[in-house]
Amino acid sequence: MITHQLTIHEAHRLLKARQLSSVELTKACLERIRQAEPEVHALVVITNELALRQAQKADELIAGGDTHPLTGIPVIIKDNMCTKGIRTTCSSRMLENFVPPYDATVVEKLNGCGAVIMGKANMDEFAMGSSTEHSAFFTTHNPWDLSRVPGGSSGGSAVAVAAGETIYALGSDTGGSIRQPAGFCSVTGLKPTYGRVSRYGLVAFASSLDQIGPLTKDVADCAIVLNAIAGYDGRDSTSVPEQTPDYTQCLTTDLKRLSVGVPKEYFVEGMQAEVETALRAAINKLEELGARVEWEVSLPHTPYALAAYYIIAPSEASANLARYDGVKYGFSYTDTDSMWEALEKTRQYGFGDEVKRRIMLGTYALSAGYYDAWYLKAQKVRTLIRREFDQAFEKFDALITPTSPTVPFKIGEKIDDPLQMYLSDVCTLPINIAGLPAISIPAGFGDGLPIGMQIIGKPFSEETILKIAYAYEQATEWHKRKPNV
Amino acid sequence: MKLSREEVLHIALLARLGLTETELDRLREQLSNILENFEALQQVDTTDVPPTAQSIPLQNVTKDDEVAASLPQSQILANAPRRDGEFFRVKAVLE
Repeated sequence: MITHQLTIHEAHRLLKARQLSSVELTKACLERIRQAEPEVHALVVITNELALRQAQKADELIAGGDTHPLTGIPVIIKDNMCTKGIRTTCSSRMLENFVPPYDATVVEKLNGCGAVIMGKANMDEFAMGSSTEHSAFFTTHNPWDLSRVPGGSSGGSAVAVAAGETIYALGSDTGGSIRQPAGFCSVTGLKPTYGRVSRYGLVAFASSLDQIGPLTKDVADCAIVLNAIAGYDGRDSTSVPEQTPDYTQCLTTDLKRLSVGVPKEYFVEGMQAEVETALRAAINKLEELGARVEWEVSLPHTPYALAAYYIIAPSEASANLARYDGVKYGFSYTDTDSMWEALEKTRQYGFGDEVKRRIMLGTYALSAGYYDAWYLKAQKVRTLIRREFDQAFEKFDALITPTSPTVPFKIGEKIDDPLQMYLSDVCTLPINIAGLPAISIPAGFGDGLPIGMQIIGKPFSEETILKIAYAYEQATEWHKRKPNV
Repeated sequence: MKLSREEVLHIALLARLGLTETELDRLREQLSNILENFEALQQVDTTDVPPTAQSIPLQNVTKDDEVAASLPQSQILANAPRRDGEFFRVKAVLE
């Protein structure tokens, strides 16, 4: 048994049986961080002392009979979720020294379960990017091949899980930012239905698309973490007052009576052959497990999703990021007497290239004379995309696609070509546009590089996609492979 | 479709974003290229299609108007780049 490779449910069993203490588990992960971090660069902040303090507290709770599945289990949080008293940077110069005075709801909930917070994960600045190369601090490296990207924007979270620096992590997903790095690092990543998990304390990027979710080593862990973070929160006005089930109860391996569709628009142009081969094999496996598969489903508006997304998300971002004015918190340019110059220079020096690009794109799409042609048009296309999914879900319980059209690409390969970078999210962003839940699970390797399968469900049907993911995972071994780092 | 230099400067002004000459030229190229690629959106027939601002059936969520504790002033001011006693310090607004 290698301690840092344990899953949540394995570690929980050992903790409960007193065969392992939370302090031992935490020290194993800290040691792993010490070994792996110089190669993968996944973490912006490491909270050694806090982690050991929380671990000690957790051991006391366990001794006293507290057996919540997350008590004493190490977690790493993407650095766009507020952690009281711990720097929350969004991997931006703008927030490099920002220390939040409160916890995000998800952090509060994990702390309430007796979690052990190990640190904050690197990301593309303000969650804008697909590779972590847009972090203002450093690029995270893929543990399966250090010359390649881990995906993004939750790349640090995915790598921390894949490399065993933590038992699980939280990420956020606006257009694929949990699922695409999960696919690139061969871990499990879930984006819940919009409104399922509170966004209170999540630094806003695109408010109608953002959603927090787990990155874990297997599907059972994913269900455990979702149990802990899901649910209504009055502090997020888009939090949905729906009952949350016990997600661990749906994990069975019989897929009879389930029907899944394979939308053909996700298997075209630019897709690598090894990804297509792996996906077809994975879908055949679902058929073997009892699912009825229809291969030729059509979602004809899919090709327009990328443009709609890259109008809507930057528009919302340009409004959300207007708050960074260098007055109340964050970086501030002071070497001038002019208020306007201070404001413009604060934003010029505080934001990186990709953030500026999106602020400009969004401001353009919202500006007088262009609003109807771009922003309003994109919102109407959004309606069509959602309707198409709704129609498909009248017939199918889930839809299956690749998570990304390619295996992880080389660091530097797409950094100078924004459109190529955007295409990396082409399979994941339609799901945010429609507000649906989707999970990415390991589904094979091409030349030693991870390939992810995406399972998409109707709103609030996380149980169905977890069940399909679980059945596939139990019938395969991909999730057990670990990178050599 | 290529954005003019003036258009890019106008957007930057709306966004209150300072740009160097190099950034201006690069953004002009990149934004023009991106928008050109997104022109395809205009081909979609959206006659009688309402816009979607968000994907859940919730509207006008309000809170009860109840008095509750807020964060103490010291914590709110703790991240201020410049402060003056119990105030945020800003540049002169009227010049």
